[in-house]
Amino acid sequence: MSNNKIKEKKESRRTFLKKTALASTFATLAACGSDTSWDEFFQKNFKTLENDDKNKIIERLEKKYTEKYGKKFTVSGKDPIDDTLFGYGLDISRCIGCRKCVYACVEENNQSRDPQIHWITVLEMAKDKGVDLFHSNSDYDRELVPDDDHFYFPVACQQCENPPCTKVCPVEATWKEKDGIVVVDYNWCIGCRLCMAACPYGARHFNWSEPDIPKDEVNPETHYYGNRPRYKGVVEKCTFCVQRVREGLYPSCVEICPVGARKFGNLLDPDSEIRYILKHKRVLVLKEELNTQPKFYYFY
Amino acid sequence: MRWKVTFINFIKESIRVILKGNKWYYTWISSLLVLIVWGGLGYFEQLKNGLIVTNMSDSISWGFYIGNFTFLVGVAAAAILLVIPAYIYHWKPIKEITIFGELLAVSAVIMALGFVIADMGGPDRLWHMIPVVGLLNFPDSLLAWDSIVLSLYFLLNFVVVTYLLYMHFIKKEYNKKIFDKLILFSIPMAISIHTVTAFLFNGIAARSYWNSALLAPKFIASAFCSGPAVLLILFQILKKTTKFDIKKEAIWKIAELMAYSMFLYLFLFFSEIFKEVYSGTHHLVHLKYLFLGVKGHTDLVIYAWASIIFSIVAFLLFLIPKTRMNVVTLNIGAVLIYIGVYIEKGIALIIPGFSPDSLGQLHIYKPSMIEIRTSVMIFSLGFLLFTFMSKIAVEIIFEDLNINKLRSKSHS
Repeated sequence: MSNNKIKEKKESRRTFLKKTALASTFATLAACGSDTSWDEFFQKNFKTLENDDKNKIIERLEKKYTEKYGKKFTVSGKDPIDDTLFGYGLDISRCIGCRKCVYACVEENNQSRDPQIHWITVLEMAKDKGVDLFHSNSDYDRELVPDDDHFYFPVACQQCENPPCTKVCPVEATWKEKDGIVVVDYNWCIGCRLCMAACPYGARHFNWSEPDIPKDEVNPETHYYGNRPRYKGVVEKCTFCVQRVREGLYPSCVEICPVGARKFGNLLDPDSEIRYILKHKRVLVLKEELNTQPKFYYFY
Repeated sequence: MRWKVTFINFIKESIRVILKGNKWYYTWISSLLVLIVWGGLGYFEQLKNGLIVTNMSDSISWGFYIGNFTFLVGVAAAAILLVIPAYIYHWKPIKEITIFGELLAVSAVIMALGFVIADMGGPDRLWHMIPVVGLLNFPDSLLAWDSIVLSLYFLLNFVVVTYLLYMHFIKKEYNKKIFDKLILFSIPMAISIHTVTAFLFNGIAARSYWNSALLAPKFIASAFCSGPAVLLILFQILKKTTKFDIKKEAIWKIAELMAYSMFLYLFLFFSEIFKEVYSGTHHLVHLKYLFLGVKGHTDLVIYAWASIIFSIVAFLLFLIPKTRMNVVTLNIGAVLIYIGVYIEKGIALIIPGFSPDSLGQLHIYKPSMIEIRTSVMIFSLGFLLFTFMSKIAVEIIFEDLNINKLRSKSHS
């Protein structure tokens, strides 16, 4: 009898030790994932939360970013506007390949500067080859653009109506919003990168290390699904500047383009510029045969 | 209560067995431990700094880790598939073949899961995949399917093999009614883990190199070669060093079956080559990169040809009765197959899928030192686990370690 009791005690001590070991393992792992707080660690998938919880998280993030960057941060959680489906037009006959959009995007959306992350890739294509990805070059480095023998073909997230990237995500950390924008919950993404394999447009980018944004360059006006600072080990992508377009502004790449090659608007509004383009221009979508149904239209 | 005591004895004895061994055993164990520490320190760098310490990039976003994962799922599956011929041909030590197959399956699944975790950007967020607690995207995501079948497969094999060994230990006949069914159930499970893993790649329309309906059949066919290759060598070692008594004919039969499935693999492989080369679409570029090189980049060429030549040579060695029954050529064949399939499911599967990437840009990938060290850590952990479990199994099955012996010992 007494023997049994001693055994029981021993066992409970053992289970206690096991539990502590488990907890400390988790804590170490969490610590390795940078400055994660317990609240943050146990945060649920954002889209499944009630507004109260969402607001609490947003408050916590605003505080955290404000402390980290020494600037007053706002993190919006603004939902899609009703009767809106965003569409994008790109005039390939106008684009000169200056890459101003690439860097405007980096500044607006707080991409990491070291290592560099670009949401827009501009491809240089030979005029005698046409739109042929295998003969394109994303690393062109010229004193002067455009080059006479080439044309330019910027690619970013095509905001597919039938996105292959969201389907494959094992934890529903990425999905298409009502206004057609494909977003990522950076706090829920586990970094498996299956979405990057599934994306036919190279539009998804991974934070291979802790993102580095200089304090004086950081943009403090952010959206939870958009340009708020990201974490090491999560995937990010173009959101049509969700923090701007849901407030009625143009994406920053549209504003910066010096030749007016970039157009943006509401596909559900028959009087919008994007609808005008669809009606009057010769329009193509990239990799049509994959049935991803991009809402990013190239025209000329 | 009695059950509990004997089970604790079983655990205690198992621990005693793995701590005891000859000079060679200790050398083997301590070299594995050294490798685990060396690799572990590398993995720690990755945890600290992120996956930037690997040579993966946005362009080639999977590499060595996922390659090893895929290969090991194949080994895990095929270890059990050997149970089928064992039943059909009534091989004598059928229970032993099953037990060692299951031990290999358990170790291989553990290593496979280790590689998935090593590849994750946020291993601390793994709990997001647990249903109810987290949010598992089932049935849409193939990775959700994979996590389910792999966990089930691990549990199934672990429970069955522990039970079989335990019953052996207490000298009682195992419950045939339930456990024979469980063993048979592990066969479709084995096929399913490798099929689901193939579908993970196969379903991605963006990567034409993987988007072929032959991928899953090819996976299964080549796995049926690599898994038995390991067991073939293990069985011979066991035969030499223990009372394990597998008939020569059974070993030859395994080799013969490997030849047939290698033939099937080669047939599927050439069908795919024909389709790509003859139709000559843009998709050909991936195969071209693998076998000939593109734009002067020939990094994979030597591996690709080695894999295919090794596989063909092994096929011939196992097909011709004379070389199949010769110990030397038999083992050369097993090693060649192992290397051939390792390349086929790793380097030759993952990298051409991403190069050129989805925007047609060609980047070059080679695993970094940290990737190699982390992989060495996971492989060594797996080998250590397999060594320990095999040693326990050998003691119980062949050295007659059992509860009665313990009791008589303590009485005298």
